[in-house]
Amino acid sequence: MNPMTDLQSLIPILPELTLAGGAMLLLMIGAYAGEGASRFVNGLCILLLVAVGACVVLLPGGRAVLFGGSFVVDDFARFLKILMLTGSAGTLILSLDYLTSEKLQKFEFGVLVLLATLGMMLLISASDLIALYLGLELMSLPLYVIAASNRDNSRSTEAGLKYFVLGALSSGMLLYGASLIYGFTGTVNFTGIAAATKGGASIGLIFGLVFLFAGFCFKVSAVPFHMWTPDVYEGAPTPVTAFFAAAPKVAGIAIFVRATVVAFPGITHSWQQIVVFVALASMVLGAFAAIGQKNIKRLMAYSSIGHMGFALVGLAAGTAEGVQGVLVYMSIYVGMTLGTFACILSMRRDGLLVENIADLSGLARTKPAMAFFLAMLLFSLAGIPPLAGFFAKFYVFLAAIKAGLYVLAVVGVLASVIGAYYYLTIVKIMYFDEPAKPFDVMPGLLKLVLGVAGILNIVFFVYPAPLLGAATVAAKSLF
Amino acid sequence: MNWPVLSVITFLPLLGALLIMLMTRGNGPLAKGTARWIAMWTTLVTFAISLVMVQKFDAASAEFQFAEKHEWLLGVASYHMGVDGISLPFVILTTALMPICILASWTSIQKRVKEYMIAFLVLETLMIGTFSALDLVLFYLFFEGGLIPMFLIIGVWGGQRRVYASFKFFLYTLAGSVLMLLAIMAMYWEAGTTDIPVLLKHGFPVGLQTWAWLAFFASFAVKMPMWPVHTWLPDAHVEAPTAGSVILAAILLKMGGYGFLRFSLPMFPVASLDFTPLVYTMSVVAIIYTSLVALMQEDVKKLIAYSSVAHMGFVTMGIFAATTQGVSGAVFQMISHGIVSGALFLCVGVVYDRMHTREIAFYGGLVTRMPLYAMIFLVFTLANVGLPGTSGFVGEFLSLIGTFKTNIPVASLATIGVILSAAYALWLYRKMIFGTLKPALEGIKDIGLREAVIFAPLVILTILFGVAPKPVLDMSATSIAQLLDGYNKANGVKTAAAPGAPAAALEARITPVSVAR
Repeated sequence: MNPMTDLQSLIPILPELTLAGGAMLLLMIGAYAGEGASRFVNGLCILLLVAVGACVVLLPGGRAVLFGGSFVVDDFARFLKILMLTGSAGTLILSLDYLTSEKLQKFEFGVLVLLATLGMMLLISASDLIALYLGLELMSLPLYVIAASNRDNSRSTEAGLKYFVLGALSSGMLLYGASLIYGFTGTVNFTGIAAATKGGASIGLIFGLVFLFAGFCFKVSAVPFHMWTPDVYEGAPTPVTAFFAAAPKVAGIAIFVRATVVAFPGITHSWQQIVVFVALASMVLGAFAAIGQKNIKRLMAYSSIGHMGFALVGLAAGTAEGVQGVLVYMSIYVGMTLGTFACILSMRRDGLLVENIADLSGLARTKPAMAFFLAMLLFSLAGIPPLAGFFAKFYVFLAAIKAGLYVLAVVGVLASVIGAYYYLTIVKIMYFDEPAKPFDVMPGLLKLVLGVAGILNIVFFVYPAPLLGAATVAAKSLF
Repeated sequence: MNWPVLSVITFLPLLGALLIMLMTRGNGPLAKGTARWIAMWTTLVTFAISLVMVQKFDAASAEFQFAEKHEWLLGVASYHMGVDGISLPFVILTTALMPICILASWTSIQKRVKEYMIAFLVLETLMIGTFSALDLVLFYLFFEGGLIPMFLIIGVWGGQRRVYASFKFFLYTLAGSVLMLLAIMAMYWEAGTTDIPVLLKHGFPVGLQTWAWLAFFASFAVKMPMWPVHTWLPDAHVEAPTAGSVILAAILLKMGGYGFLRFSLPMFPVASLDFTPLVYTMSVVAIIYTSLVALMQEDVKKLIAYSSVAHMGFVTMGIFAATTQGVSGAVFQMISHGIVSGALFLCVGVVYDRMHTREIAFYGGLVTRMPLYAMIFLVFTLANVGLPGTSGFVGEFLSLIGTFKTNIPVASLATIGVILSAAYALWLYRKMIFGTLKPALEGIKDIGLREAVIFAPLVILTILFGVAPKPVLDMSATSIAQLLDGYNKANGVKTAAAPGAPAAALEARITPVSVAR
């Protein structure tokens, strides 16, 4: 093979290379330009993410496999990469004003987000256990750091430390699971594992699978590995919380789906019951535990636990329809999350951020537009038609019904009714209660994110075909 | 017709809501006035267009008319709209009551007028959409979407316990409906489509019918509301502003009955027959028990709310009797109840606007100060009782006859409800209107021009439909005949006559009624 064809074979990984190179370049620029340039560097980070997204879109379609089968680029990966990049870029936009006003002017913030994003891109494309672990760690390490980025704040450092210790534990479990799977199948490659488990699985392999799933569940904060979520969400700086709620969830769900569907199609009945349990437990816990929350970030933590449960309902079906449902769910979830966090970040009185749900009192009269969009986002999170969140739930449950998972579907929709209660409580506080002192003027960038997310959320039902079509194509590429 | 008339009347109110949003600034008197007038004109134009539909509607055909179909959710659902003889009366009822509701809120709503009008217009879009959707997913979208504006209407403009009432309304209805959503999905995988005209001919296996019937029942029974899941209704009615109560009683409750007619009966005929005893039991309990409860109320609105539950009992009974008279009577009863109960809530609104209390004991002797009001109230009270000559009679009578043909004990028990309804309605009338004038009511004024304009069409319709019910019955006769034809075929019952004949038979039964008067 001559060097030219070698280089050409790297073209599918160009977005990742661009991101890696760009992140290091920006690190250098930041280091030499000093603190004053941090807003500039963070701005460049957003542009870089947009460029990488464009790169993903513009590269030729189809399926490409690199590095001896450990890295794959297909429609599934492309779909989720675009989604995840949107999440990352969105949270960086949300963070610009926050970092300025909270005196957290550090250029490293943007660069760390870029590196975590790189890890997520690798994770989404990972097609063997080693690439999976590398991607996962590259994603997680920067996340530990940015969780603690407000280092003079004890809540933030506590959040970072907690996340790190528990994250390390989960990585250990995942590695142990991976080694068991390798031991019992003799390969780390997903397609190889699929071939080895065609006839059924030995008990050792099932053990490996369980440990692997434990690692995944931790990353997507699904019950029973969700305990870190409320504390980390509450403690971390708010834009970091928004980031945690959006991009890593997409990547985590992506690898969860890919590993399960591609590597273990022969033993669906074995992993299906685990996923069904995890989905059920997450939906129910998310619905009940959120009811008593006073802090809106903690509430969003439980809400995201519940939402991961709903997304996993699609995976539990284990079919192309199910995966399509997961993809639609995650897309709409990211949009709703970014919009909601834009509101949370603009809960600011006299320059100080407030986080209590009661602070939203009477928002409909002091800030009608913000209250309207937030209310619609909350109804959407609750899954009320005709808002986007309804379609998210519709597709996952549609797949679950086809797969005959009736109990899961019934408990799931009932959990969504219970979940509706706490979203309604927030709407009640905003619309029915007497107004409190108004919030400060909302920064332009937050308005932009809230406006885009809010309008898309409301008018999604008018023309849902593009997203649904893309999700169908992406889901088919796994089967 | 070349232009999509159904989409126009469905989305025109939404357009009006957008217009209010864009054209008004702040909450000053100017903004309030603009919002009111835009809402008024939007609903009036919508009503006018819907009348064009009545004129062009071909009552001799059981097909869905004014149909439109577009690609929507790839492969799963399409944007399919259309009306037949069963849904058109409800569409007209909706468009006709909306201008009245807007007018009724003209002065009584003073805070956040803009948002109020927007909520009502959005609600109108969703209600018309519910009645004209010909795709299950689209239907669900409109059906459930109505929760959001109604939640806000009760919660923002409601009375003392509005928060409790709005939550109860929202969560009850949502819990009922989500199971229906799952049944819709199961039907999709069974039939490969959610298109209602196709599903009506599909013929579902009996096992699926049973489960799907129960899931749909959970939703419609809550919406209807049937005993024992009716408890959200009195709370919601009492706390909602007047126009909110009107919409709730006149239209939202009808969605349950419409659902039974559109889905339960034709799509799950075997299960419907199996569950008829259950529905009969619940209906009879509703008729007798809630009538007794109504007798004990101290709040006017609560009394009317319980009477609504009782009247809806006649509707469910008539529908599941599955005879031409029963179903026609149920449809008529729903339309009539829409007008009468709406008007009764408006009557309560009149005195509430003046005295700010709904306590029955507070009022007395109103006839001496408000003779015109006493007169109007009397018409609707008697219509509520079901006096011959009012629209209330036709519906109750037909549904009772229809039930009598299939189940005499049930019909006999339900007849007790007619007596009880006379008891509570006349008792209420005597307490409020007759007797000695309470000192606190010395200064109360009779109804003004605006209120007279509101009541005039309702009084006319109540009496007109009582004397000449034919237009409404004719509109739906063919569709009902087709529905029952399919129902009887599926259950192996021999149809007595060829299609078309049931309508004639019905007419034969109606005519003596109107002549007898």
